[in-house]
Amino acid sequence: MFKRTKHLLVVATTAVLFSLTSTAARAAVEIEYWQYFFEARVTAMDQLIENFQAANPNITVKTNHFPYADYRTKVAAAIPAGEGPDVVQLFYGWLNDYVDAELIQPLPASAVSPEMIDKEFFPMVQAMKRDGEYMALPTAVRSLALFYNERLFDEAGIDAPPATLDELVEIAKKLTKKDNAGNLTQVGITTGMTAQDHHWWREVLVRQFGGQPYSDDDKKVMYNDEAGQKALQFYVDLASKHGVTESGFMDQPQAAFKAGRAGMHIDGSFRIGALEKTRGLKWGVAELPAGPDGTKSNYSSYWVNAITTKAEGEKYDAAIKFMQYITSDEAMQIWLDTVGELPAKPSAALTDQNSNHPVYGPFVRGLSYAQSTKFVSESDQRQLMVDMVERIKLEGQSVADSIAVAAEGEQKILDDFNSK
Amino acid sequence: MSWYARLPVSQKRTVWAWGFLAIPIVFYTVVRFYPTANAVLLSFQEWNLLGSRNWAGLQNYQQLIQDEVFWKVFKNTFVYLLIGTPVSLILAFFIAYHLDRVRFLHGTIRAMYFLPFMTSAVAMAWVWRWFYQPVPIGLFNNWLSTVGIPQISFLNSTTNALPSVLAPAIWAGLGFQVIIFMAGLRAIPKTYYEAAYIDGVSSWTILREITLPLLKPTIVFLVVFSSIGFLRIFDHVFNMTTNNPGGPLNSTKPLVLMIYDTAFNSFNMGYAAAQTVVLFVILLLVSLLQLRLLKA
Repeated sequence: MFKRTKHLLVVATTAVLFSLTSTAARAAVEIEYWQYFFEARVTAMDQLIENFQAANPNITVKTNHFPYADYRTKVAAAIPAGEGPDVVQLFYGWLNDYVDAELIQPLPASAVSPEMIDKEFFPMVQAMKRDGEYMALPTAVRSLALFYNERLFDEAGIDAPPATLDELVEIAKKLTKKDNAGNLTQVGITTGMTAQDHHWWREVLVRQFGGQPYSDDDKKVMYNDEAGQKALQFYVDLASKHGVTESGFMDQPQAAFKAGRAGMHIDGSFRIGALEKTRGLKWGVAELPAGPDGTKSNYSSYWVNAITTKAEGEKYDAAIKFMQYITSDEAMQIWLDTVGELPAKPSAALTDQNSNHPVYGPFVRGLSYAQSTKFVSESDQRQLMVDMVERIKLEGQSVADSIAVAAEGEQKILDDFNSK
Repeated sequence: MSWYARLPVSQKRTVWAWGFLAIPIVFYTVVRFYPTANAVLLSFQEWNLLGSRNWAGLQNYQQLIQDEVFWKVFKNTFVYLLIGTPVSLILAFFIAYHLDRVRFLHGTIRAMYFLPFMTSAVAMAWVWRWFYQPVPIGLFNNWLSTVGIPQISFLNSTTNALPSVLAPAIWAGLGFQVIIFMAGLRAIPKTYYEAAYIDGVSSWTILREITLPLLKPTIVFLVVFSSIGFLRIFDHVFNMTTNNPGGPLNSTKPLVLMIYDTAFNSFNMGYAAAQTVVLFVILLLVSLLQLRLLKA
């Protein structure tokens, strides 16, 4: 009897001990991930986290998202206070600020080898390297392509999207419609420096007309030359000489294209999701038209994830595991399918399936010759492009003078930043 | 609490009074005065929201004086004020003066004037922005084109954009001003008017000699209130020009929008704080000046 009780006691104690340790193991580490709110991105991240947690049952990832406008403020306030995220999302152009403010820490070479990343990721990701170590890594990258309205193409008897800039102008002319008073009611191609056109002009048109937007060390503005002037002349001629477009037509370029009032529209891969939801719109995608001498170019940008200085000990280890997962090929494919943003590694992006995909294909092919502008302040630098075109249009300034003013303004922004 | 029991009644009252007053005082100190003082301090510093705040001395203010955009914006802000305040007050008075005599559907008409004031400025701005678009979508330009009049660039013009943005802002505030004016008109004793009628005075003289002088407190209040409103105009401008905030070529940009841009797009907090201090000083001076002029 006594023996039996003793035996039971041992069993019970073991059971209690076992259950205690197993609970401890299950709730072992919780890390926090922060991003800004963009519905498709949040959905994609939720799915990644679900998969990650299934593979790593002892790690839970808590997510938090904020409106874009508040995002930076919250991150800046939280991390130094020891609150907030262990892994954080940021725009590639913000990296310097985050590094200088000691908000993020380098990815350890033991877990994320810089040589491997140099080799495996698209070359533009090397902008995330500081003193030989990677500070942050993207899941996805974005590039530009030409969207076209298939119904309007059929109606105008055009069978293929333009392959060159000359063809672009000719096709746009056929797609343009005006009312009796000469007002545009349908544009051949949308334009607007406030949308993606400043990237198209800077990294694509300037290069296609034989120029270079910035010096190789990104410290000098180089577009204030004949090539830049030709590129700008081509851009403003679309409206003023050929009459195939008007900046601000139907308020926003993407709105005109969605409404079926624009034949062609240059935009990023992140627009795919919204266009797919537009009922009654039949559209196709093509690579950006090549320049007069056949030069192809594209612009790409990306958001990155980084480990914050708040993550320490086991949270740090969990954060590294999480970073490894969200930059894996599997995560990249999920991101592509959910958000429409392209994988950051050629091995995941340039699969036959992706390159030949009717929608993603042109974006993926564009990536192989894409350039990333090293923005110091994207919004300020875009504003200079917006004003550059408006001075010509609204104040009658010459192309050469207007480009000179823009170049001077942008040089000042770069100098201020580099002198810090 | 024995110390409290020993107090005389008058001092007990004082304790209670301060007890109640403490709540607004603490609130104002934490929510108003501390951030204000901090903003003034920040205007002498350099800060990008992320790193540490570094002392910059008068650098932000020097930059402000040399900034062409700042002076353009400074001018715009005063154009909003100098057109907005008189136009809205004259319109509001005209409407209130006549509405006061209308008996038929008085309540309905008054409600219709007041309705825009209750509408969200953001929603209103977006609807007006649509009105102003060129063909094929803009309401005004579609009307013009049906009757064969050439298009007007409302928002996409350096000269038309500011008045176009100001118009809905005036309209939105009108209802409030009309109500205040009507309350002011009702408060004038009837006996003055009766005396004037008996003396056979013209209605123009009644307006000039009786109505306007007795409305002075109402006018002072509305001038100060609407001036502050127009000096701080933001939502209408930002929402009607979101593609290129304050554009084209900064022709509609008010000071508050420039502050917002500097702070939350360029992350130049110190410079933005310097602009805020300038706005604060302008608001203070304009309000003091108006109080003095209109009270004299």
